[in-house]
Amino acid sequence: MIELDRRLFLKSAALIGCSAAAHPLMTSMTFASVPSDNRLVVIILRGAMDGLDVIQPYGDPMLAKLRQQISTGPDNGALDLDGFYALHPKLQPLMPLWQKGELAFAHAVSTPYRDKRSHFDGQDLLEAGTGNDLPVDNQVGGWLNRLLQSMPQTSAETAYAVGVEQMRILSGQAAHLSWAPRASLTLSPQAQMLLEHVYHDDPLFRDAARDAVRIGSETEMGERAQGPTGDAVALGNFAANRLNGESRIAAFSIAGWDTHANQSQTLGRSLDRLAAAILALRDGLGQNWQRTTVLAMTEFGRTVRENGSAGTDHGTGGAMLMAGGAIRGGRAFGDWPGLGDGQLYADRDLMPTRDIRAYAAWAMRGLFGTDREMLERSIFPGLDLGGDPKMLA
Amino acid sequence: MTFGFPELAAIRLGYGLSPLMPPPKDAAAVLAAVDTAGPGPEAVTTDKAREMSLRLADLTKARKDGGEAEKLEYQVYNRELSRMLVRDLQRRMVRAVDDPVGFGERLVQFWADHFTVAPMSSGNQPLAMAFVDEAIRPHVNGRFEDMFFAADTHPMMLLYLNQNSSRGPNSPFAKRRPEKDFGLNENLAREAMELHSLGVGAPYTQDDVRQLAELLTGLGYTSREGFTFKPQMAEPGAETVLGKSYGGQRRGGLQDIQAAFRDIARRPETAQFVSRKLAVHFISDDPSDALVQAMAATWRDTGGDLPQVYRVMVTHADLASDMRKKVRQPFDLLVSGYRALGITGDDLMALDFPQLPSQTFDTMNRMGQPWSRQTGPDGWPEHADAWIAPQMLAARINWSLQMPSRMLKRQLPDPREFLQTALGGTHSEQLAWAVPKAESEVEGVALVLASTDFNRR
Repeated sequence: MIELDRRLFLKSAALIGCSAAAHPLMTSMTFASVPSDNRLVVIILRGAMDGLDVIQPYGDPMLAKLRQQISTGPDNGALDLDGFYALHPKLQPLMPLWQKGELAFAHAVSTPYRDKRSHFDGQDLLEAGTGNDLPVDNQVGGWLNRLLQSMPQTSAETAYAVGVEQMRILSGQAAHLSWAPRASLTLSPQAQMLLEHVYHDDPLFRDAARDAVRIGSETEMGERAQGPTGDAVALGNFAANRLNGESRIAAFSIAGWDTHANQSQTLGRSLDRLAAAILALRDGLGQNWQRTTVLAMTEFGRTVRENGSAGTDHGTGGAMLMAGGAIRGGRAFGDWPGLGDGQLYADRDLMPTRDIRAYAAWAMRGLFGTDREMLERSIFPGLDLGGDPKMLA
Repeated sequence: MTFGFPELAAIRLGYGLSPLMPPPKDAAAVLAAVDTAGPGPEAVTTDKAREMSLRLADLTKARKDGGEAEKLEYQVYNRELSRMLVRDLQRRMVRAVDDPVGFGERLVQFWADHFTVAPMSSGNQPLAMAFVDEAIRPHVNGRFEDMFFAADTHPMMLLYLNQNSSRGPNSPFAKRRPEKDFGLNENLAREAMELHSLGVGAPYTQDDVRQLAELLTGLGYTSREGFTFKPQMAEPGAETVLGKSYGGQRRGGLQDIQAAFRDIARRPETAQFVSRKLAVHFISDDPSDALVQAMAATWRDTGGDLPQVYRVMVTHADLASDMRKKVRQPFDLLVSGYRALGITGDDLMALDFPQLPSQTFDTMNRMGQPWSRQTGPDGWPEHADAWIAPQMLAARINWSLQMPSRMLKRQLPDPREFLQTALGGTHSEQLAWAVPKAESEVEGVALVLASTDFNRR
């Protein structure tokens, strides 16, 4: 009996990393060189952000005709950007970034998703990065995962899904890690060994436990941010911490954009969180901020007209925000389609003038040198990359 | 592993084994017990929820004009209301822990998630509780069409999916106020088809969504007036949804809406979509076609008579062959853990603030299931990997280490006995090997609770 126990003990001990050389992931993590010095952060804004309110095209005279209670332009506190567009007043904390050329946006963008306007399908498609012609299911995985598969010299540490929820944008064959900024795990060595044994034949539990033990030991709890933006700050801080190490890609999400009613209040709270997360990234990244591109993307835009409850309903074209020291900011990207008769999509939504994936693709091309064929065939199958918007500095 | 139907049913269809009550002996016992899932003596009504919401409004007003006494009265009441979220979780857990079979309470969880609502403020929490007591529990053992109609016309759903602010663009109400630009809100109509019945793959169009939204205009709820149907806010004329016309010349109000819901509920796409969802929740993330088709066929033959659909699932061979294909969601895990340790509903009722939220609500948060805080109307995810990310598994392991000593006033059970109590004949050899080697009782019991055997069903 004793001999049997000892044999199993040794097997288990190897599994929990007493012997790092025997541990495939540990090995690659320890010895791999990082694939690039550039960093990409993708923030998924769940619930369909109203691009027309966040970046208000007040220079289009139709805007004031379609909306009276929201998106009311610089006369009501929005921050003029270039004489045509104005920033929602709640994004005031990001104005210094705009002035430094570290904040930009692309308007009238969308995924290929059309017409049914379901959040869940819309988000699935945004994170899958596919066109409408492919069935979206769990097998497809996310486009950041396919980016990882295309990069040399990656390890699981290269990409992080940050936060309590799972990020489909990173799901797929390439290994990546996930962690919530406020988790912690302390086990006695014996309990850890026994648990590894119990989880050994169940890869889902085995891998998650191994990562939990390791990440927990590497990241301190840190000062706990309080208040309504506390969670967003924690997400930004943790992502920055990892990106300052060996990670180069991070993804997290901020929910709360489904503003069917009382939009000025609900949108304001979400914008507070978005601004807080971006500033936490900038502050946490220090010098590395100069090599960082942040893309904030949402599943679709919202109706151009206000609805009956001072809100907006699900639409089509929207806006994408970009931030970071690596971008050529302080400017608007994309063609403005207009809001007049015949210029709307289905007579209700902002007409998309460019596929949102094209911007993400050009960002990856600039940051990681991903080639065009890979982007158009594999990472975003069926995408026409189009001309270079020159969004990176 | 040697085990029979009773252990299988307790683990897969209920909240696991308990030293205090025997598992159900056969399928008939499982199905018969669903009847106990109706509203209990603790049920909250819409009227009660209205009363509480009005009282809060009155106290808010009194605070503005009043002095210290009014301020204090408001604070006390507001705090009581804000605590109801955790009280709701507590009472749901109590019923689940004490339910001998558990299948009925599991179904309440399933249907309350299928028809997800989330209170947007603490003032709405009592109404969210009334939603489950009035729209879900009475119909769990009945017909799907009745639950569908009750859920999607319940005041809490009207608030959650913005029906309250939808008006017929050509209704007398909107016509009299052209400057206000009152209009349609499609949210409820869309989710009624996409999430609650047909499924997003079904052949319905944006026009069907819009026409159903128009048919729903007139429905509303405020705490002052209660539930109302106001013809002056309803879009005039007939609406055509999926090829059928409702409303005609004279609007019949709720009856037309009920007719549309009944027809949608009986469509084959609904039979297929909701049957599969049940199978995904109870049997496997990827259930066999044979099971789903058998359930959907019974659904079509019986017009969505739920007990008969359940019977197909409970008696199907996949119940045994797909053992441990599902990961227990955090709510299930906590309840199963309590049951396995012999912790009762009375023990849970004895918990008060601040231990109550820290033991239950906060723990589930860390496991990725913030109670009543689903991110959208599609409810909680079903796929195993949505629940076992490193940070979530860390929370499950921490709970396994800490919960038993905090909740048990008596000594912890011997871990080797606890393995049998909690898992019966279903445990793996690995777990049986590991448990006796734990350094302490705390860690031995934790190994069982944190094991894949216990976290899967």
